[in-house]
Amino acid sequence: MGALLEVSGVSVSFDGFKAINNLSFSIDTGELRAVIGPNGAGKTTFMDIVTGKTRPDSGKVEWGRPGRDLLRLSESQIARLGIGRKFQRPTVFVTQTVQDNLLMALKKDRDPLSALFYRADAVDLGKVEELAVEIGLQEHLPRLAGELSHGQKQWLEIGMLLAQDPQLLLVDEPAAGMTPAEREHTTDLLKRAAQTRAVVVVEHDMEFVRRLGCKVTVLHEGAVLAEGSLDAVTSNQDVIDVYLGR
Amino acid sequence: MSETALNTLQQRSFFLRNPSVLVFLAILSLLTLGATLMSEAFGIGLLSTSFIKTLGKTLCLCLIAIAMDLVWGYCGILSLGHFAFFGLGGYMIGMWLMYERTKDIVVESLAGQALPPTPEEIRDAIGTQIFGVVGGSEIPAIWYFADSLAVQLAFVVLVPGVLALGFGWLAFRSRVTGVYLSILTQAMTLALSLYLFQNDSGLRGNNGLSGLQNIPGLTLVPQAVISVWFLWASALALGLGYLLAAWVVSGKFGNVIRGIRDDEPRVRFLGYPVETYKLFIFTLTAVIAGIAGALYYPQAGIINPAELAPIASIFLAVWVAIGGRGRLYGAVIGAALVSLLSSAFTGGQVPDIPLGFATIQWVDWWTVLLGFGFVLVTLFAPQGIGGLVDQLVRKGDR
Repeated sequence: MGALLEVSGVSVSFDGFKAINNLSFSIDTGELRAVIGPNGAGKTTFMDIVTGKTRPDSGKVEWGRPGRDLLRLSESQIARLGIGRKFQRPTVFVTQTVQDNLLMALKKDRDPLSALFYRADAVDLGKVEELAVEIGLQEHLPRLAGELSHGQKQWLEIGMLLAQDPQLLLVDEPAAGMTPAEREHTTDLLKRAAQTRAVVVVEHDMEFVRRLGCKVTVLHEGAVLAEGSLDAVTSNQDVIDVYLGR
Repeated sequence: MSETALNTLQQRSFFLRNPSVLVFLAILSLLTLGATLMSEAFGIGLLSTSFIKTLGKTLCLCLIAIAMDLVWGYCGILSLGHFAFFGLGGYMIGMWLMYERTKDIVVESLAGQALPPTPEEIRDAIGTQIFGVVGGSEIPAIWYFADSLAVQLAFVVLVPGVLALGFGWLAFRSRVTGVYLSILTQAMTLALSLYLFQNDSGLRGNNGLSGLQNIPGLTLVPQAVISVWFLWASALALGLGYLLAAWVVSGKFGNVIRGIRDDEPRVRFLGYPVETYKLFIFTLTAVIAGIAGALYYPQAGIINPAELAPIASIFLAVWVAIGGRGRLYGAVIGAALVSLLSSAFTGGQVPDIPLGFATIQWVDWWTVLLGFGFVLVTLFAPQGIGGLVDQLVRKGDR
């Protein structure tokens, strides 16, 4: 399997502060990967670069085979290529129903005219129903997304990402603010999602990462500090220094 | 709600999903019918011709309020320049009205001559008639098609549409949003207004276009009749505009633009080209505004550059805010209520209040009252009057 996403030598600085410093990183097709690192390590900035929100000062970001340069594309073009992103705070459309949220995310033509003449048919409603079962919200389809609990909103957002049917899912702190039971459900969701696509999870919580049971990349000061299994990286002296302070 | 019920809800016809559209169309038809039956021309004469015109104009203002609600209430673009498109629509139809009407007069007055007038003579006379007030007699190039109703009607749609497309493309492509976009739209309408104030703008400077109530070819038809015809046309346009707007916001497109209003970056990361959606809705609403203006000014009789002043577009936003944005009937309620009250207060229908030391003259104090009302609505009914209606309906459901 070749690399799905190849980030090489990327640097970006904000007002002189190097948020990402010569970062190189690659994800294979169908891989589940956790990215950890202390605050300010550049985890979110890395996602911003891949999804087109932030333009790096130098470096390359390539997608698929043959490598397609993501740095020339807009956020929406990148999303249409097959990169889905979940934000740290749950961002769902609170004034719309769960069903409408999922229908909007469903993989379809994204231009205004298609949206104007689109009417949900039985097939699409069936897909939405399936997704709702998957994220455990089948009872909540007609409810406004704003009425959901924090954890349910996170799941809805993951469901919207799945509806987009991306090849790569970037998930930013999915377990933040969740109860233990909710965390378990979230882990299962992500693991199942990773069976058919690549998933990158940014997380603070080591216990959560352990449960994912996948390769871990440690970021520090905008560059990769260590990479390997969770046990390998947590016994790495550099990582211990960074987390516990020197 | 069971799953099957939910699925049928998605698949039910447009009207069943949007019962308020039928209610609105019924009320609009009844109002138009009632006004016709009470008019001088077709009924018992209870309503004066000028009141019929006020009603017709109000319907046009309701139409532009719907456009404003689409662009602001649904898509979150606080445009403070949509009256520019309204005014341009008025100018485009006004050019034909004034040119053809003047031509009729000129031909009639030259008919007494021994030799029949040449086309050049007629053209010169029209030029002098129309542009004498700004010290010219040449007919400017932009009046080239003024003798063609079809072309000027096309301009009613095309001129606001193309301006909105160009302006929107530049603004949205550069990701200008929020208050900066509002300021930019104010600058646009101000610039247009200032340009039109110039005598050499080709549109008679501060005189504007006048005599628009006289429809060429219909000089023998009394104004009482024409006013009712325009009321019908305005009601038809408002009905169609409401239907179109309700249809646009009812499906996925509506959900996408509501999404842009609530969380623009999220919509972008879902893969939707946000700028294209904004441009689409901005241009569509500019065209609706142009059509509303083209129906309004023949009823008003005159259009001048002051109509495009920045304050007009701000008032438009105030109507929609008072009526309740994000719900189409809210925009209609706001526009109808405020503009009718405005014409009552500034038209002398409400008696002034003598206080001894000073007199409250409503012509001056109306804006104070309106401002006060706006503050009250913002404080106590942030969803506007439409929001109050929604609450009542929901209470009735329980």
